[in-house]
Amino acid sequence: MTILVSNSGGTPPGAEWPQIRTVGIDGLLVSFGDRLSEPANRAALALRNAIERADWAGVEETSTSMVSTYLRFDPLWQGHAAMRASLRELLGQQDWFAAALPTGRRLWRIPTVYGTDLAPQLNEAAAVAGLSPEEAMVSISQSRVQVQTIGFAPGQPYLGELPPEWDIPRQTALTDKVPIGALTVAIRQITLFSVSAPTGWRHVGQTAISLFRPDDATPFVVRPGDEVLFEPTTAEELANMRASGPDGGATSEVLS
Amino acid sequence: MTRALIVHRAGPGLSVQDQGRPGYLAYGLSRGGAADRLALVEGAALLEQDESHAALEMVGMGGEFEATEDMRIALTGAPMRASIDGVRVAWSASHSLPAGTRLSIGAAESGTYGYLHLGGGLATPSRLEARSAHMTAGVGAPVQPGSSLPVGEDGNPGSTGLGVDAEPRFDGGEVRFVPSLQTEFFDPAELTRFEAIEFNRDARGNRMGARFLPQGDGFQNETGLSILSEVIVPGDIQITGDGTPFVLLCECQTTGGYPRIGSVLPADLPRVAQAQPGASLRFRLLNLEEAIEVERCEQERRKGLHRTLRPLIRDPRTIPDLLSYQLISGVTAGDDLEKAAK
Repeated sequence: MTILVSNSGGTPPGAEWPQIRTVGIDGLLVSFGDRLSEPANRAALALRNAIERADWAGVEETSTSMVSTYLRFDPLWQGHAAMRASLRELLGQQDWFAAALPTGRRLWRIPTVYGTDLAPQLNEAAAVAGLSPEEAMVSISQSRVQVQTIGFAPGQPYLGELPPEWDIPRQTALTDKVPIGALTVAIRQITLFSVSAPTGWRHVGQTAISLFRPDDATPFVVRPGDEVLFEPTTAEELANMRASGPDGGATSEVLS
Repeated sequence: MTRALIVHRAGPGLSVQDQGRPGYLAYGLSRGGAADRLALVEGAALLEQDESHAALEMVGMGGEFEATEDMRIALTGAPMRASIDGVRVAWSASHSLPAGTRLSIGAAESGTYGYLHLGGGLATPSRLEARSAHMTAGVGAPVQPGSSLPVGEDGNPGSTGLGVDAEPRFDGGEVRFVPSLQTEFFDPAELTRFEAIEFNRDARGNRMGARFLPQGDGFQNETGLSILSEVIVPGDIQITGDGTPFVLLCECQTTGGYPRIGSVLPADLPRVAQAQPGASLRFRLLNLEEAIEVERCEQERRKGLHRTLRPLIRDPRTIPDLLSYQLISGVTAGDDLEKAAK
């Protein structure tokens, strides 16, 4: 596998993957592509697991984003050159794009109210996608999507990939605030909000699941590789499920 | 009565802060912790205790406090007007706070984040391995007036009345940065201009980040708004849609899709966090090797900080019981004032 090493910058045309770049003074990022793809996502997750297993001296933290693995280390303890060399050696050991998904993955069924005043942008998002609101609801609720990464906010998943008609841009103006449990869409992805936050993504569904529980034994509920079905429910049922606890009526079963 | 600090009055955004929660990036939780971590180092040096102790972070404005037992305190970060029972006390210094006296801390004279450290540290419950409030994640919340915050046992109830020369960082100035993920998407001429012009800290900003208004046009780049969301670290300089730089701080989101022109050195991040609205800053690009050398020097300087402490010189006008001192005969050991201060 050829590895293109760039000291800092962007993506040259025709670049080969993976690439290693620096992040600040104490981080390295291994990217497996410049656009989202399922193999690149799997590669990033698998490389992170491999780095964790390798337990290199000086490594302080690892994480993944959509198609990249991040590694933070103490550059006063272990130099950049040595850390890059370790990474290159590890990268050469296998075809990361062919790596398996993480084990212990689960399928979640999360009850969701589509549209109504709980999720006021279903009609608008459907129109941008060229669908009727009813078609939009069917399309999203029948898409079995996968957690590609956790990020932006604690325990907050990015899920995909939705059918091609959902390749809709973010809004130019931000929505002031969406509530916890908001299902939002853009660029063939879903973000399910773990906190209440402003967003450029359109709010098309509302769930009652609490994804970040700082005082629980499991503070972060969903994990990369988990799959999710957002099953339609009514506002009344959702209110009952919300009262039933932090899962908000969501259930999970082990996949692998 | 338990060993505690009573908060009679609290400015907005008063919160318990420590070194934060490194290690949760993969779960979408940024490290958080004190906005000015150097202030924690200074406080620890002044009280001769570990840097892991939690302190109170005050945003632009302090509050009024009372200790239930005699305590040692240190005041660091953005200088604020402080007094104990009406007697002005020095900033960037350690003091005795006798039980029942009132510590009043007013508005910041410069900078943004001031810190009140206690001998033994704040002993509020730990959540996810830290005591820090992380406002954007909803872990913890601002401290409200009327609260009583538990304080740990002081393992070193030694000297007070020491001062530290605080690294100047409260009025803007030069901030150094290294290239980052999307630096090469910016035209070299734009990068040169980024280093050449001055920026003013915008009023918009919080523990997540600070916006800087260029004295001139915004900064354009070739990525458009189409780049994939990628890991974000504190210090990253995002260029938002209108071309304005936004420097991310301790409580930033963990991923983001705006292009980053560079990343501010950890050593200079306190300067970014502390800059008051309107403060003027410049950015200077270093290469990675230079930046790591800066970091090495800064770590060594911080390790040696305790050796630079000096006794405070007390102003006789601020001593309320001046007449009780032996002032006439001249036969004193010369340290009466220090002894009296203990």
